[in-house]
Amino acid sequence: MPINYYITLALCLFAIGVVGVLTRRNAIIVFMCVELMLNSVNLLLVAFSKMHHIAKGAAATAGTDGQLFVFFIMVVAAAEVSVGLAIIVMMYRNVHSININFLNRLKH
Amino acid sequence: MNITQLLFWVLTVIAIGSALMIVTSKNPVYSVLGLIVTFFAISGHYILMNAQFLAIVNIIVYAGAIMVLFLFVIMLMNLSKATETLKNKWLQIVGAIAGSCLFLVLIAALKNTEVKQNLVEMGTGDIGLVKSLGRELFTTFVIPFEISSVLFLSAMIGSVVIGKKE
Repeated sequence: MPINYYITLALCLFAIGVVGVLTRRNAIIVFMCVELMLNSVNLLLVAFSKMHHIAKGAAATAGTDGQLFVFFIMVVAAAEVSVGLAIIVMMYRNVHSININFLNRLKH
Repeated sequence: MNITQLLFWVLTVIAIGSALMIVTSKNPVYSVLGLIVTFFAISGHYILMNAQFLAIVNIIVYAGAIMVLFLFVIMLMNLSKATETLKNKWLQIVGAIAGSCLFLVLIAALKNTEVKQNLVEMGTGDIGLVKSLGRELFTTFVIPFEISSVLFLSAMIGSVVIGKKE
């Protein structure tokens, strides 16, 4: 498979995530779209690592760094989701809604 | 078209279709289900590229743990019937146009690159196996690995502190 198919797929998923963040007002769905964007970048990193591996003449460890980077992104995303959902629960407890239009108190 | 290309296109269609379902569905539970299907499709892509460790970690961490957390929060707050009020039609149209403009610009930037015909290794190569990744993780990347455990501890404490009732 040429790399541009994978780049196009990851761009599609990333653009769908951007559209979701910009159009939806539900905080949980916005959060899920951020997760989708993270995953599209992960897919692209793995594809580039496999491309690098074959471009280096299939050397033993060429391209391992990219896959470990994906692993660390997953670790950070798991930590981020736990804190983010706690913040959303806190917001729901205060304003009884998860519409992000209510989050404009900094403006006033 | 051999079997690898066929699987690639099938997984691509599943991933993009369920990603569209996340954005368009009214009910947040359907959005979560769409995201789970997207994660499984991305794991399928990892398996096609012989990145088996990441495929399994993706299913366990994302589709297993994180999505259960999302479903748990949605059902805890009884949001499955919640409709989005204050709908601004113009905001949605402008958001869709902005997203497609970003997509078009990035595709146009891809058109002039030189790497775009480089091949991705499918189904062979053992850098994605647990053996080689684990050796690299516990020798070269051992300090970031330990720091990430501290990150997990602080995230755990942080979510407990934030979620605590006053």
